[in-house]
Amino acid sequence: MIKAEHLFKVFGARSDRAMALLEEGHSKQEILAQTQCTVAVRGVSFAISPGELFVIMGLSGSGKSTVIRLLNRLIEPTSGTVRVQGRDIGKLTDQELRELRNQKLSMVFQHFAIFPHRTVRENVGYGLHVRSVQESVLEERTEWALDSVGLGGWGEARPSELSGGMKQRVGLARALATDAEVMLMDEPFSALDPLIRRDMQDLLIRLHRDLGRTIVFVTHDLNEAMRIGERIMLMKDGELVQLGTGAEILSCPADDYVSNFIADVDRARVLVARDLMLMPPAIARVHDDAGEVLERLESSGADASYVLEQGRVVGVTSRKLLDPAVRAGATKLDYDLINTEFRATGPDTLLIALCPLVNAQRYPLAIVDGERRLLGTVSSEAVLEAIANRASEGEHVCPGSRSEPMSRTS
Amino acid sequence: MPRIKIGAYVEDFVNWSYQELGAILDAISDAVTMFVSGVEWLLLAPPAIVMAAILAAVALLVRRKGVAVFTLLAFLLVDSFGLWVATMETLAVVLVSTVIAIGLGMPLGVWSSRSKTVSVTVRPLLDFMQTLPAYVYLIPAVFFFGVGLVPAVIATAVFAIPPAVRLTELGIRQVDTEMVEAANAFGAHPWQIMREVQLPLALPTVMAGVNQVIMLALSMVVIAGLVGAAGLGGVVVSAVTQLDIAGGFEGGLAVVILAIFLDRVTAALGESNR
Repeated sequence: MIKAEHLFKVFGARSDRAMALLEEGHSKQEILAQTQCTVAVRGVSFAISPGELFVIMGLSGSGKSTVIRLLNRLIEPTSGTVRVQGRDIGKLTDQELRELRNQKLSMVFQHFAIFPHRTVRENVGYGLHVRSVQESVLEERTEWALDSVGLGGWGEARPSELSGGMKQRVGLARALATDAEVMLMDEPFSALDPLIRRDMQDLLIRLHRDLGRTIVFVTHDLNEAMRIGERIMLMKDGELVQLGTGAEILSCPADDYVSNFIADVDRARVLVARDLMLMPPAIARVHDDAGEVLERLESSGADASYVLEQGRVVGVTSRKLLDPAVRAGATKLDYDLINTEFRATGPDTLLIALCPLVNAQRYPLAIVDGERRLLGTVSSEAVLEAIANRASEGEHVCPGSRSEPMSRTS
Repeated sequence: MPRIKIGAYVEDFVNWSYQELGAILDAISDAVTMFVSGVEWLLLAPPAIVMAAILAAVALLVRRKGVAVFTLLAFLLVDSFGLWVATMETLAVVLVSTVIAIGLGMPLGVWSSRSKTVSVTVRPLLDFMQTLPAYVYLIPAVFFFGVGLVPAVIATAVFAIPPAVRLTELGIRQVDTEMVEAANAFGAHPWQIMREVQLPLALPTVMAGVNQVIMLALSMVVIAGLVGAAGLGGVVVSAVTQLDIAGGFEGGLAVVILAIFLDRVTAALGESNR
């Protein structure tokens, strides 16, 4: 959908000189001192798939707001290309660019940017007004957009009559009304109260699910990024630091900067069972040789093992059950050696919901799919470690030091 | 220090343009005369009392009752001085000069807001214009257009241009960049953005500029009495030259009344458009 390659943006009169210094590997501060140019974006590449909710995250001065403006050329890149649906937007004429912005890319702003001299309806219909659509179509679309954001009936109101949250709903409706496939959102909820912000996040998640638009969302709030983002691009000093899902960033931070950054995140609401589960050290099947199962358990150091029948989890057996039975001459792992009362949950269960489950039984929690096939297990130790803010080292496989930004294509 | 004859160069330039531009100057002169006489005719067509009532109604429309009552009484007072015709002549010159000043100044202000080069070039020129003594404007005006009404209008218009340019530029530059960005992000054409977003949002500042233009025009019109323009300027100038204290005071008072009326009415325009 959107593909950005090697984007650079240098603000200032001597950007050529600054670019040359950049290529020599000088830092942002050195370049500022030598050329009075500010390096806002430095060699950023990424690709956004259709329908994705892509979050660009960073502190102020990290270049995130510049990056989102490079995507619709509100800011011209110093070098690098942006493709929207395969078209290099740097090569468009002014007229083509205006059409692209009007039809494919809509935008929502941090301070709402609602025109105070126009009614709510005129604001929401602005993109269509620019497109010169028929009055009846415009009315129908704006009405639909206002309903979608919960502002039905507010069309004739003046922006000055609205609260901040309502103004941003108008901003959202204005972006929805044009039917643009991509919505660019520049810190849209930063200026709102925390409670309103949460409502707006829920609204956005719902709209994204219902309408399937591609959303590029800029924020400086990591919790917000984790809450709504499917993939998150972390930026620092104009550079891409890490790109991945929230769980990937939490469990495999690319460097110390990211580690420090994520220290404050409420991991219990981000990590899910899938992120914590491990392959069980031992697995048994119904009618296996009881002695062999016991040996496997002893050699792997595990106390218990889930028992499968035709691939599905049916119960759990443990050394405590097997040991006396094998001594008493049992040969087959039959149902009298299997405890069929065990807890299982799906892979998308949030960490916060896992806590009571893992503590309800002595052996690890089974993570199963819809057909009760065993995907892995989560131990109470893993849950504790995750909450205690440490990735269980060595057990999770972190792919390289950075995830590959070009792994997905549009 | 060698003598640098800037004055002589300017004189040469003025002489040259007088010869080359004769036809154009005549056309301008005719157009201004026609324009001013038309406005004058309109203002003087109804009897004084009716016109005073109309002006009071205008004040009532944009302002509170008090201003309207003041307007009615003050203009009737002017009529009792026997200065009604002179006051309306002056008002006509002020209105025409204002239209010319805004017609030239506002586009220049819009252009300055869009181009840094223009802005940087125009600014010292405006500074220069505003520091130049008002009388100096009369010299080229008289040279090009002789004495009488036309040089008065031209000198007044030129003198009143700077606030139109400055406050138009300022108003447009003050518009929240996010608003302009939003219009851009939805694919609006730059001129559409100017028309639909920047100018409407700049309007209060632009109207403050219009107010300034009118007040400057009024101040210049009195000075323009020196070059033989009719109206209150002429009244005041002749009173001064004859040491006629009574006539001078009444003429001055009429100017003040006109000034208060114009200021209150145009200041209100900017506020009511918020």
